[in-house]
Amino acid sequence: MHLEYTIVEGDFVNAGSASSSIKKTLKQLNVNPSIVKRVVVALYEAEVNAIAHAYGGKVTADIDAGTILLRVIDRGPGIPDIDWAMQEGNSTASPEVRDMGFGAGMGLPNIKKNVDRLNVQSTVGVGTTVEMEVNLA
Amino acid sequence: MKLTEIAELLNARVVCGQERLEEEQDIAFASDLMSDILTLGDNFPMIVTGLCTMQTIRTCEMGNLDIIVFVRKKKATPEMVELAEENDMVLMECDFSMFKACGLLWEAGLKPIY
Ligand SMILES: Nc1ncnc2c1ncn2[C@@H]1O[C@H](COP(=O)(O)OP(=O)(O)OP(=O)(O)O)[C@@H](O)[C@H]1O
Ligand SMILES: [Mg+2]
Repeated sequence: MHLEYTIVEGDFVNAGSASSSIKKTLKQLNVNPSIVKRVVVALYEAEVNAIAHAYGGKVTADIDAGTILLRVIDRGPGIPDIDWAMQEGNSTASPEVRDMGFGAGMGLPNIKKNVDRLNVQSTVGVGTTVEMEVNLA
Repeated sequence: MKLTEIAELLNARVVCGQERLEEEQDIAFASDLMSDILTLGDNFPMIVTGLCTMQTIRTCEMGNLDIIVFVRKKKATPEMVELAEENDMVLMECDFSMFKACGLLWEAGLKPIY
């Protein structure tokens, strides 16, 4: 099953709509609830990042019997130092983003904890792709 | 502790989920940071927060956290209540500070996650 969602630039109110939809799909497929939660938490963190730190983009999801492969692809400033960004507490979030309760520098480490495979690719000035895979069984 | 007792203890208004007030809740977690709320794994505490935005509801939806107490006189908007209703959540509004609300809940025996 292949699914795609658009992430609209600056649209914080709808941040999480892709995650919400995938959550429903996985529930319908009778995936174990703790695995669903791991998938959804990771995708939500990446979705919020694409709005908080970039100019939106898209989410693709490929689900087969054994795994879900998610890609969050944004247009944005990119991440100059991915190792720095992966460390807990590191953040460049703006005051507006902090006012919404984000910007603790916990998102990427949290993604890493929740997925089975993570690959972050980023080109400064172009954008970032966060690829996450979770075993469903 | 029953949710109805929690509401009484905190002198809170229940703005969503009245039908669930007979349910018991024994653990709580307080934070104003959304990513913090998403680190709780398979624990499902009641959330006490001063962050009162659509993101609060969304974040709790993602984490399967369905009891939220807003402190510091924060009021949920109609859009927040609507999304909360879709997810069968309980929302309460409490005028106390975070410290006072947590202190009262602790004293009444609610447990932390860590
Ligand atoms: N999609 C992205 N585009 C550009 N920079 C990013 C992107 N995602 C993350 N970053 C950078 O990596 C940092 C760390 O991201 P992370 O998600 O861990 O924390 P945060 O978003 O700042 O805060 P939190 O996730 O706790 O709300 C960000 O502050 C930002 O500098
Ligand atoms: Mg983040």
